[in-house]
Amino acid sequence: MHLILFLIFGAVCVAGAVNLLLQHHPIDSALSLVVVMGALAAEYLLLGAEFVAAVQVIVYAGAIMVLFVFVIMLLNAGEEARSGGSRIAWVIGVPGMLLGSILMAWVLLKHSGTGQVEVGSLPGSPQDIGWLLFHDFLLPFEVTSILVLIAIMGAVVLASHAQSAEKKEG
Amino acid sequence: MTPHLHLWLIPLLPLAGAAINGFFGRRFSRQAVSTVALLFSGAAFAMALWVAGQFSSLTLPYIETLAPWMRAGSFQVDFAFYFDQLSLVMLMVVTGVGFLIHIYSVGYMWTEGGFYRFFTYLNLFMFFMLTLILASNYLLMFIGWEGVGLASYLLIGFFFLKDSAAAAGKKAFIVNRVGDFGFLIALFLLIKHFGSLNYADLAGSISPLHIETSAGLLTAIGILLMVGAAGKSAQIPLYVWLPDAMEGPTPVSALIHAATMVTAGVYMVSRSHVIFERAPIAMTVVAIIGTLTAFFAATIGITQTDIKKVLAYSTVSQLGYMFIGCGVGAFSAGIFHLMTHAFFKGLLFLAAGSVIHAVGGEQDMRKMGGLRTKIPWTFWTMTAGTFAIAGIPPLAGFFSKDEILWQASRVSMIYWAVGILTAFLTSFYMFRQWFMTFFGEYRGEQHGHGSHSHGSPGHDSHDNHGHGGVHESPAVMLAPLVILAILSVVGGWVGIGNRFENFLAPVFHSTATISADSFDAPSMSAEPKNEEAGKSTELLFTEISVGVGVLGFLLAWQLYYRRPELPAEIALKLNGLYHTVLHKYYVDEIYAAIIVKPLIAISTVVFWKGIDRGMIDATLDGSAEGAREVSDTMRHMQSGNIRSYAGWVAAGAACIIVFMTWMAVGTR
Amino acid sequence: MVPLSYYLILSGILFACGVTGFLIKRNIITIFMSIELMLNGVNLSFVAFAAQWHALSGQIFVFFVMVVAAAEAAVGLAIIIAVYRTRETLNVDQVNLLKL
Repeated sequence: MHLILFLIFGAVCVAGAVNLLLQHHPIDSALSLVVVMGALAAEYLLLGAEFVAAVQVIVYAGAIMVLFVFVIMLLNAGEEARSGGSRIAWVIGVPGMLLGSILMAWVLLKHSGTGQVEVGSLPGSPQDIGWLLFHDFLLPFEVTSILVLIAIMGAVVLASHAQSAEKKEG
Repeated sequence: MTPHLHLWLIPLLPLAGAAINGFFGRRFSRQAVSTVALLFSGAAFAMALWVAGQFSSLTLPYIETLAPWMRAGSFQVDFAFYFDQLSLVMLMVVTGVGFLIHIYSVGYMWTEGGFYRFFTYLNLFMFFMLTLILASNYLLMFIGWEGVGLASYLLIGFFFLKDSAAAAGKKAFIVNRVGDFGFLIALFLLIKHFGSLNYADLAGSISPLHIETSAGLLTAIGILLMVGAAGKSAQIPLYVWLPDAMEGPTPVSALIHAATMVTAGVYMVSRSHVIFERAPIAMTVVAIIGTLTAFFAATIGITQTDIKKVLAYSTVSQLGYMFIGCGVGAFSAGIFHLMTHAFFKGLLFLAAGSVIHAVGGEQDMRKMGGLRTKIPWTFWTMTAGTFAIAGIPPLAGFFSKDEILWQASRVSMIYWAVGILTAFLTSFYMFRQWFMTFFGEYRGEQHGHGSHSHGSPGHDSHDNHGHGGVHESPAVMLAPLVILAILSVVGGWVGIGNRFENFLAPVFHSTATISADSFDAPSMSAEPKNEEAGKSTELLFTEISVGVGVLGFLLAWQLYYRRPELPAEIALKLNGLYHTVLHKYYVDEIYAAIIVKPLIAISTVVFWKGIDRGMIDATLDGSAEGAREVSDTMRHMQSGNIRSYAGWVAAGAACIIVFMTWMAVGTR
Repeated sequence: MVPLSYYLILSGILFACGVTGFLIKRNIITIFMSIELMLNGVNLSFVAFAAQWHALSGQIFVFFVMVVAAAEAAVGLAIIIAVYRTRETLNVDQVNLLKL
């Protein structure tokens, strides 16, 4: 059962990822990415990470991807035009990654003594997560809050500078 | 109680003079330069006199160590000085004659350019020569050896703007180097087999060895040392530089190429007597080279017309005599002749310089003549020198030459016969020069006011200061002539009654513990078998040698005074032979064709074009070119294209992932 | 009972897709989305290992990765907007002022 669910959601993930590559319009790619995020959330649930799955849906799919869609709509970028790519990317990068992933897969399958995972083997309830966050990982937690603050300020500055410059010209 | 002699001062005083004149002489006046030069060389002479005064209270040999120099395992060589009777003789000769020539040079070079440079080089030469003589090991001697070669090169090429002078300087240095090659190999052999280069240590190591009857180590060392001596002392086959060296100023010819540097070879062979006495084959080689050279050079001397070239070939010939002396084991006789030769040959050169100065720069004897009355002081001093070299008693040359001939006859009559013949030729060409220069009618051009330029550094010009005509040299040049003339007359008297030989005996006999069982003919320093017969034979030989000296005088008198048209007729009759001898047997041309030209050709084609340009330059240029091409290729990585950067990053990441996986898998 | 390696293979596939998209896509925003895809793949492997080793810190790390991804997305998109204002294009090949 676990395996079947895993395979279903795994297939959805992979389909979404491949679709991201194949689409021409960025909005289509963005929507495919949302699908991938959703499927991944389901995978997390299968692994018993409830809190992470919820955060995935709320933050990743619900906020970050929405931000992406907003920016795509704002910039009104159209379809990708066909332009010369990088030879290096096609010649070395893609095959390299393919090779790497095939190798990884082969290795992992061959030496699959890494054990089995059960459904819900590690319940990651918000309570447990919270305990860890505020006890063992308090410092990183506080630092990330500062990180987010800086990111906000940076984004505001970057976007508004351009706006004020536009206003001066206009 | 052996007093401390401070021997190190003796070479270093002239070095100080050279340094002062070298660095500051350009700004000094001529008086200042000459004062500095004379002061320091005179101080060296004064110190030599003082050392001589202390001589009787010394325990010999006296060794003074300044500082350690090299330590390599068990091999050790120091800056140290060695003093014994032989050193004393050489020291007195070098400093004394050197000082006199310094005085002479002040007058001779007064009108020349580069005055300070001359005295710098001259003092530098004194430093190196004194180092050579006083060294206590072969390596320090080699430093002096090379240094006098350098000073000789600098001084021969003193008038460097003249092509022939510069070429002569190079020739001297290069030919010397060929000899030094042999010397160096001899040193290497000494180090390898005896582990030391000190005279004292070597004397101790070599003395117990047997005489080599066939060619062995000591023979090899001896012959190689002789090669070095042949280069420095202008013997066959390395004598070709000495006649060319007459391009240098005449005081240089006197000091370096008559009195001191060329005698370094004789000194070195005498110092190595320990080796030679045990290698009879090497001794024979020395004697044969000396004999051949003496005769060969004398034959060339009789055809030369340049007054200095005659003296140059004469020097080569007389050096041959010294090597005959050493080659038959009569080292003290060789040194005796060295000393007297320094007196009369130095005198002859300086007087020749005075003659040249008098006739306004002319060196061709065919344009001289009748100068006897015009330059009397020069005439009388040169006469003393000429009679001395011809071996007329009781002047100096008679005693020393006779001693050598006598000792040579005791080993082989061939040496004696060739030596007597050479003595005849010597007397002949010296008196030929004497007659041509001072007697007869003056055949030169009448000089008006000086037409040559004054004192430019590259030209050897001696104009006559606008006097017009032939004039005597100034007192500063004549005084050394007079002193040397006196020495040429009385200098040989120290040899009467074997006094000189006895004085040097401790040097040459102290280590002569030669084993009797391998004592073979030819005998060295053996007692005469029959005292009575020996004495009367000696007297007979003495009479013969005086006889040939007089014979040479008579022949020259006949040919160059009584009937001066005869030489031309004789030359015409012996046309081919005469021209061969006149052109010095074409030796220089032969060397050029066999050695010089192929060497230059090989150097140009193989070394210059092939290796230097083709390989070394090509390698460097090629590697630079290669680096440039590699960087050109690598430049394309920095394309400014984001995706290509991404591609490179992905490729690198893939490599690392594969590598890490392989490592993880491989360990299982 | 799913072997852990299956999860890891899935994670690897997602990561590879992300890299491939990064290399072959021309639109800057699409490239950014590929980066997010890569991060997601990594998150999956973290959670899988956390389940394997019964260590909740794996999930904590996923939490932090998400925070960072959010911050990065925000700032990165702001940069893209700024670039778009000046270059008038979202084609990454035309952002090449450093080209030779």
